[in-house]
Amino acid sequence: MLIFSGKRLLALLLTVLAGVYLTIIIANMGGQVDELRLVQIRGEISEAVRADPAFQDMSSAERNELIQRQVALEVERLNLDQPFILRSFDYLYRAMRLDLGRAEQMHSDAGSRQVFDIIVERLPATLLLFGTANLLIFLTSVWVALHLSRRYGSVLDRSVVGLAPSSAAPAWFYGMFLILVFAFVLPALPSGGMVTAPPPEGRLDYLASVVRHMALPLVAMFLSQIFISIYSWRTFFLIHSSEDYVEMARAKGLPEYLIQRRYILRPTLSPIVTSFLLMLIGLWSGAIILEQVFNWPGLGTLVFQAIGHRDTPVIIGTVVIFAYLLAATVFLLDILYGILDPRVRIEGGR
Amino acid sequence: MRRWLEGLKQLRRYPSAVLGTALILFLIGLAVYTVVAIPYSQALDLWRGGEQWRMHPVNASPVWTDRLRGGDLPETQIISSADVTPEAEPFPGGRRLQIPLSFDYQSSAFPSEINLFLTAEEQARAPFVRLIWQAPDGREEVLGGRRMAREERVSISQDWALERRLGHIPHVGLMLDPETADRPGPAVLQGTHTLLLDVVLFDENAGLDADLVVYGRVHGVAGTDHQRRDLMVALMWGTPVALAFGLLAAVGTTVTTLVIAAMGVWYRGWVDAVIQRLTEVNMILPMLPILVMVGTLYSTSIWLMLGVVVALGIFSAGIKMYRAMLLPIREAPYIEAAKAYGASNARIILRYMVPRVLPVLIPTFVTLIPTFVFLEASLAVLGLGDPVLPTWGKVLNDAQEQSALYNGFYYWVLSPAFLLMLTGLGFAMLGFALDRVFNPRLRNL
Repeated sequence: MLIFSGKRLLALLLTVLAGVYLTIIIANMGGQVDELRLVQIRGEISEAVRADPAFQDMSSAERNELIQRQVALEVERLNLDQPFILRSFDYLYRAMRLDLGRAEQMHSDAGSRQVFDIIVERLPATLLLFGTANLLIFLTSVWVALHLSRRYGSVLDRSVVGLAPSSAAPAWFYGMFLILVFAFVLPALPSGGMVTAPPPEGRLDYLASVVRHMALPLVAMFLSQIFISIYSWRTFFLIHSSEDYVEMARAKGLPEYLIQRRYILRPTLSPIVTSFLLMLIGLWSGAIILEQVFNWPGLGTLVFQAIGHRDTPVIIGTVVIFAYLLAATVFLLDILYGILDPRVRIEGGR
Repeated sequence: MRRWLEGLKQLRRYPSAVLGTALILFLIGLAVYTVVAIPYSQALDLWRGGEQWRMHPVNASPVWTDRLRGGDLPETQIISSADVTPEAEPFPGGRRLQIPLSFDYQSSAFPSEINLFLTAEEQARAPFVRLIWQAPDGREEVLGGRRMAREERVSISQDWALERRLGHIPHVGLMLDPETADRPGPAVLQGTHTLLLDVVLFDENAGLDADLVVYGRVHGVAGTDHQRRDLMVALMWGTPVALAFGLLAAVGTTVTTLVIAAMGVWYRGWVDAVIQRLTEVNMILPMLPILVMVGTLYSTSIWLMLGVVVALGIFSAGIKMYRAMLLPIREAPYIEAAKAYGASNARIILRYMVPRVLPVLIPTFVTLIPTFVFLEASLAVLGLGDPVLPTWGKVLNDAQEQSALYNGFYYWVLSPAFLLMLTGLGFAMLGFALDRVFNPRLRNL
């Protein structure tokens, strides 16, 4: 068991390493972004020096020399004087140690330039919205699917199956409709943002404001995924309801709730737990476009802004955190599998 | 083959399959018609905007949205000097023209704008034009005179001096019923309005062309956007672009995934291990942020995006699914027989293993298409769509940037959304029905 865990851990670590490095390469266009930034730096400094009244009396030669010196300082500050290949490994090394460093352009709402602070500031908003939505979807779909699997072919069952294609559209798509109807046609809910401006003073008032602002994005995500989730789980439970041992239990005359709990849910606990944990990962990544449409200040919006600013440390920071969470979840899954499913004893099990 | 035919027959029992197929055929028909009716280069030119749209109104709703509610909002009228007979009065060295540009106005709502476009041939001395507005009740209003250049655009609606004189914005002030002038909501004076052009030409043979445009508040089937462009162009051309993107992405992803999964299962050992590791790496990479990075840092060409989407989609969760299905097939007796007969690895993989999973691949493939269609729309909504192509996502992006919902231009958002939903529903319905017919585990239920 220990040897297997060690191997698995090492494999996951290597996977994270590869994923993060790929992101570093992409975020830097293999080094081309550096040239863009050099041009940008030179342009900005030249502009600043020429516009500064203190340097008006300088001769052209002196001014050019000053510009060169300041460009060199800025290049050194941003570490652009080293070859990209070396800096990419430096990025990777520090990223893997979760030393996220300082942002190059961005800063948190509180003013900090630490990447860690920037990300942590956005995390609660994303967790709140996506955590609530995904939990609702997960619990509702499993519960409804379990009941539908016992009513195969009923009107309700056929209705849900018929509605499953509606999940082809992403959440932001439904979001636009919801904003149209509930924020403009019937102005009952806010169209975006996380809290009223200015924020309410009392804690309860603040909470109420956040809940009202969460309503539309929550419903958008729910509508987008609920039917496909129910359909998937229903199909899954149907297949397991047809297993021989379930038929046997039913033939023995056991009550329905016992059959559901002991003979259907128990054997399917592994995939359910798997889905739950993988769903938890989705909490962290958020959704860029849904946050854009609803103006929600979460991680998705942060990543989008970071890419727009070409702020490499922030981009890499978010990916590293995501990668570590995924690795931890997969590792936890392997352990849980061994516990939940007796058929998956590993090495040395007798 | 018989199994396929039986499956197709069974499909007809599913209303969603029939409806989905009908929707898909409609979309394909629309795509084909679009490519024929509006050639690609012409579509790009139109979508670039500019002078060719100058006689279209800004943000006009579709006509049918008003007529269904029993309204009579005005449509655009273009009164050209080529359609009227001017009175000519020659004098030594030139002539005087009087060009009456008349139009019958019956709508109860004011137009959104009035512009006059003048074109004159090259002359030694520029002509002089005086504009006189004649209302149905006989009132006249002199709008002013000017010496005109070769091409002139007279923005009557933005004539500030005229607005001050009339007390209303010009296209309201000129066309209102005088008895209602002092009300908060003045009424239109219906009937025949005339803009009389009193032109002095200093060349006996010279002519002058004029187009009076009374812009409406509704336009065509799809309405117009903030740049006067007819949205029908983008909605129509969005169809072939969306279908092409979705289809190519789904084909590229599915086929590549299947072949790679089959290779992994067949060769086993380190080949399989490498594929599994690559899949796990791919799960770590967040797809949408990567697409955003590619779009921001490289280019937003739709073909580059398509390539990246396929590349990211190859080592996806689908590989694990296909692998699970292919593992038992690998041990089947007929595979052993093929190997014993000396068939090559490529032949065994492509000829015997791959076809065995096609029945399950088809539904997955069909269901993937709307996912990619929406992905393309998603990128466009983020402002990372191909800048020259008119697509549904681009229309949504424009609408969002111009605060369409806030300003009440619902048609701007709803039309591309409707087409996106049609596409998604069509393919998803067919895909789900195919899944129920061909999925071996579902077939027995």
